[in-house]
Amino acid sequence: MSLPPDTAALAAPARPPDAPIALAPVPSPTRLILRRGLRHTGFLIGAGILGLIVLAALAAPLIAPHDPYAQDVSRRLIPPIWQAKGTWDHVLGTDKLGRDYLSRLLYGGQISLLIGISAALISGLIGTTLGLCAGYFGGWVDSVVSYIVTTRLAMPVVLVALAMAALVGGSLKVVVLVLGFLLWDRFAVVTRAATQQIRNQDFVSAARAAGLTDLRIIGQEILPNIMNALIVVATLEMAHAILLEAALSFLGLGVQPPLPSWGLMIAEGKQYMFFQPWVITIPGVALLLLVLAINLLGDGLRDITAPEARH
Amino acid sequence: MLAFTVRRVLVALAVAVTVSVASFLLLHLSGDLATAIAGPEATGPQIAQIRQDYGLDQPLLTQFLTWGWRALHLDFGNSFYFRERVIDLLAARLPITLYLGFIALAVALFVAIPLGVIAAVKRDTWIDRTALAVSVLGQAMPSFWFGLTLILIFSVNLRWLPVSGNATWKNFVLPAVALGYYAMPAVMRLTRNGMLEVLASDYVRTARAKGLPPRKILVRHALRNAVIPVIALAAVQFGFMLGGSIVIEAVFSLQGLGQLAWESIARNDFPVVQAIVLVLAMIYIGLTLAADLLNAFLDPRLRQA
Repeated sequence: MSLPPDTAALAAPARPPDAPIALAPVPSPTRLILRRGLRHTGFLIGAGILGLIVLAALAAPLIAPHDPYAQDVSRRLIPPIWQAKGTWDHVLGTDKLGRDYLSRLLYGGQISLLIGISAALISGLIGTTLGLCAGYFGGWVDSVVSYIVTTRLAMPVVLVALAMAALVGGSLKVVVLVLGFLLWDRFAVVTRAATQQIRNQDFVSAARAAGLTDLRIIGQEILPNIMNALIVVATLEMAHAILLEAALSFLGLGVQPPLPSWGLMIAEGKQYMFFQPWVITIPGVALLLLVLAINLLGDGLRDITAPEARH
Repeated sequence: MLAFTVRRVLVALAVAVTVSVASFLLLHLSGDLATAIAGPEATGPQIAQIRQDYGLDQPLLTQFLTWGWRALHLDFGNSFYFRERVIDLLAARLPITLYLGFIALAVALFVAIPLGVIAAVKRDTWIDRTALAVSVLGQAMPSFWFGLTLILIFSVNLRWLPVSGNATWKNFVLPAVALGYYAMPAVMRLTRNGMLEVLASDYVRTARAKGLPPRKILVRHALRNAVIPVIALAAVQFGFMLGGSIVIEAVFSLQGLGQLAWESIARNDFPVVQAIVLVLAMIYIGLTLAADLLNAFLDPRLRQA
């Protein structure tokens, strides 16, 4: 089975349970992670940008200068403040219907974050379940799961997502469900590999000897030990889902107008971009920053929680 | 190797069958096809007529077997919209997407492999960090927005290249860059990691001890070994790019398979959509099969898996 090469590194367990115990007083794992995090530049930048975007999106109703849906044809395509005709009333300008771009951008952040988080949760649930079963039980269960993953990887994601969204009718809910049901492959692969690495370790054997059921062993012994790897995958898939939502909305089959999805804003601005390039630059940079922040955070988390997997 | 090949080919065939079932069910279970074909203004009897005409009143299994048997003979039926055979449409559009994919892959490899090698040789210097930054940025950039930005810079401001269409090779430059940039980070990281591993190996140390010039060691001994997994990855990435080219073709109005897929989805032209999903999946399955066999041929340890 051909799988993305960088996923294998993610599967390394956070801390080998049989790691040598240092003689000097060691800081608690949480503290250690925090200390490493504060020294990791990429992690700090990612966390900083993401924190700002989340705050701005949550506070959108409070800080947005205008109603993101209020149209005003007399104020169409006002350029942003750094251009000659910009006004402080519309700091980032207005779109083709005279709607305030900054307000739409702030509310659009809510959509991207909502889709990223919900899609990652759904796909995480599916992928982790499959991966746990494959890794823990092995044998034919493993073969079946690997087969399902291979099949899923053979389906062209964008095309299938577009076709499904078109049939059911594009909407925010449909996009979340479609992406959630399509993006679980990496969760399954990483969970499977991580579970295989720890299923034969002493603490798992001990739990089995103590008569714990498989379900409890998976829930109490295995899951907590692969959580770090899962969180890293969750960030990657969140970023992936956000980019795909933007692409679907750009193609007109994702989030529907008048919702201010960033992908949709780019699609709506496309016909004006030759004379007003900022109409696509502003939402594009917002998308780039959000996805970049999430990726930096994820890469940082991997380095911090599993430094031995770093290249 | 023979046992591995046979097993791997069988798995590929099984996956191909499953994918066909999935792409068939996908369209049949996501909604009522007859209603979707008929459009919003159709009356009940009209929908019933369509259901009968397209064989949608048959049991699902019968429908699938009929469709699958024909698909096996490259007969995907007629397009609802063009009144033309689907296979003819595919034959006209697929070469454009393949052409785009090949140039994009070439662009990606041409940038990513040297960058990965330099990053490995100059490990932990500013060059390494810049290469990493470029790849992180590549993963975060929405490809359609990158494409539009390329148009703004190179077609509108500099007037070097055409905005859209597929008349000459010049039309393919920007879309290939936009599509290739998306595959670049993975290739670069794999090249860098492979080179780091190889450069630390005994035979490279021996070559150094023998006093061979560094450039010769790098190209003839190190790169040659590090590049093998990259070729396998490139095959898989090529498959992903064909699937992802739908967005790029839409941005640049390239009349390839992706554009056809997008338009057909919007027109509820299901035979075309189904055929494209199937063709892309089959190409992907073939590419991963080739990549796996190549890897196993070069690294006997993998044959156990």
